[in-house]
Amino acid sequence: MIDINTDIGERPAVRTRARPVRDGVALGLAVGTSGIAFGAAAVGSGMSVAQACVLSLFAFTGASQFALTGAVATGGGLIGGAAGAILLGSRNALYGLRLAEVLQPRGARTLVTAHGVIDETTAVTLAQPDAAAARLGFRATFATIYVTWNLTTLLGAIGAGRLGSPQSLGIDVVGPAAFLALIWPQLRAGRAERAVGLAGAAIALAATPFLPAGVPVILAATAALAGALVSPRPGPA
Amino acid sequence: MTGIWVAVLVTVAGCYALKLTGLIVPRGVLDNPRVRRFAELVPIALLAALVAVQTFAAGQSLSVDPARLAGLGAAVAALLLRAPFLVVIVVAAGTAAGLRALGVA
Repeated sequence: MIDINTDIGERPAVRTRARPVRDGVALGLAVGTSGIAFGAAAVGSGMSVAQACVLSLFAFTGASQFALTGAVATGGGLIGGAAGAILLGSRNALYGLRLAEVLQPRGARTLVTAHGVIDETTAVTLAQPDAAAARLGFRATFATIYVTWNLTTLLGAIGAGRLGSPQSLGIDVVGPAAFLALIWPQLRAGRAERAVGLAGAAIALAATPFLPAGVPVILAATAALAGALVSPRPGPA
Repeated sequence: MTGIWVAVLVTVAGCYALKLTGLIVPRGVLDNPRVRRFAELVPIALLAALVAVQTFAAGQSLSVDPARLAGLGAAVAALLLRAPFLVVIVVAAGTAAGLRALGVA
């Protein structure tokens, strides 16, 4: 029998260095391009090109940015809009708890690392087999998505209304498919992980009709809370 | 316009502060096995929730976009076949784009 599975066939040393970078760059390019949609939405809502770019450069967390855009578009409640956007960013604090363990940032470097704590970097970092690969994955994803997201924000803001829909390219499926692929190994790892994933998805969907966009995803953290209370240690599959 | 700038800057400061908070929480907090397990499970719960919401939600209403659902289904099939990450993404986006181009979904 010839083993055609390259994941097994590649030498481990090559694999552990190449995979996190490849995963990070691929996800960064794929998801980062949705900055076009943000730039276009921001300018469409009444923000200036500069305001759209400041958000992408310094807030750098897509869901919060879209939330503020939505508040501006509906023409009021800017304080409420900012509060909603910040509330959405609270999941990054939860990600940071886990990433701090894996990445162990120190000193001034922590200030830079913090800026990169988002959905995509967390997913890629935690999908890696060891700490070295995790650090590499974090950096590759952060750098690629930061550059791509900011360039496409500018493009989208300048070209608002003149671009085709990202839907025709299937860009709207990239996020869900990528997140699913990245948590797949953890879902396979144990029964508790699968239960928490399913419960998180169910909670978010059930809450969607009743809560402002974005809040249902934060509420899904209660699934992790329940999982931690019921099964404090990783169990067998 | 000034109001928007204030909202933008408040959002920027708040979002960064939250990102930093998670990283600089004292390590001792994670010594408790339940807290550690919570930190491990949170990304799974939130990312699974994002998959569900980005697939089925349009603003505050739930809806089924056949092309998007087919794209995610293709991603699941690719994952079951142990396809590499990039292939999973391309298959998912390609399926949705293809179905829309054909006008099937």
